[in-house]
Amino acid sequence: MLFEGLDLQLCAGEMLQVAGPNGSGKTSLLRLLCGLMQPTSGEILLQGVALTRQRDELARRMLWIGHAAGIKGLLTAEENLAWLCALHRPASLEDIRAALAAVGLRGFEDVPCHTLSAGQQRRVALARLHLDPPPLWILDEPFTALDKQGVAELERHLADHCEAGGLVVLTTHHSLAHLPAGYRELDLGQRRA
Amino acid sequence: MSNVFTLLLVREARLLFRRPAELANPLVFFAVVIALFPLAVGPESQQLRNLSPGLLWVAALLAVLLSLDGLFRSDFEDGSLEQWVVSPHPLSLLVLAKVVAHWLFSGLALVLLSPLLALMLGLPAHCVPVLLVSLLLGTPVLSLLGAVGAALTVGLKRGGLLLALLILPLYIPVLILGTGALQASLQGLPAAGQLLWMASLTALAVTLAPFAIAAGLKISIGE
Repeated sequence: MLFEGLDLQLCAGEMLQVAGPNGSGKTSLLRLLCGLMQPTSGEILLQGVALTRQRDELARRMLWIGHAAGIKGLLTAEENLAWLCALHRPASLEDIRAALAAVGLRGFEDVPCHTLSAGQQRRVALARLHLDPPPLWILDEPFTALDKQGVAELERHLADHCEAGGLVVLTTHHSLAHLPAGYRELDLGQRRA
Repeated sequence: MSNVFTLLLVREARLLFRRPAELANPLVFFAVVIALFPLAVGPESQQLRNLSPGLLWVAALLAVLLSLDGLFRSDFEDGSLEQWVVSPHPLSLLVLAKVVAHWLFSGLALVLLSPLLALMLGLPAHCVPVLLVSLLLGTPVLSLLGAVGAALTVGLKRGGLLLALLILPLYIPVLILGTGALQASLQGLPAAGQLLWMASLTALAVTLAPFAIAAGLKISIGE
């Protein structure tokens, strides 16, 4: 049993930071929330109805960026984003260029992603947060490999999203400097002890 | 929804053409295996000719299997599959596009290469149309069934051998029908019966396999 007795309710405008030591189940909790894994016991409700019964509803409202973010090294930043957006809501080329500029990747649109650094690849994935994203964001270690400025920009972007009525669930070991009004922390390590 | 299907085809085509070695490997394997038999069995034309239906089909079957081992691996490792699962589109449609793209660029090439290798084994020219049609109908079945195995073994570090053990028994009907059609045509008999059976297998695989592949991937991802 990874965790038990976990009771949690999240509303629009909130940001939940899931913390805890390595192996405490942060990623598993996130994967349960986005329906990639099924809980062995207990249930997850979306607006009062079991998650398993409304996969489409969840898919339309949620954006998931995992530790491996689905960026193909052989495709360019632009091609990667065009495909990832097409899976949810197709985006125009101008929007994609604007999103890449917003994450500081202007001039890297046509470069195959395997030639980019880890931080730049992370920025490509995070550019999706600038492309007309759905309200619920579930992000696993979004700050990995980002530089100081990138971290600050992302923190601000996440806080803005929450204050505009969005909902963010994320895992990170780093303590956030820019907190929105609806910030909460869940420490899976402390609960076990 | 069909738009996503086309976009995925284009994406897969781009990926395959940026890694041409992976396209060439199964073809070279197919050609080399066929070229080994005259060396091993002896160049007597009558013997090779009688063996050729079986040789061609077994070599094609192994070449398809070889190419399928990595079908979902890179998408699994870089998180692309997770994005497919959480998208509003049915996973079965997306994996069908993936397998179709894979077949278009490796299975179809194998079919087109086969007449050359068949003539090398001394298969009479009047059998070549039957060979082409049987492979054209049979290789999609091989790709789809193999993709079910690839989906189930994608999370394993060395899934290659397990994939072969899982999938080869399922290839038996295709092998029997394919070689049967070719044997019949070699003896001057009509091959339409076997080919129609094969076509029904193709229709069955195209309709049902995508669901099995999607279920296999969800199991692999959910672990």
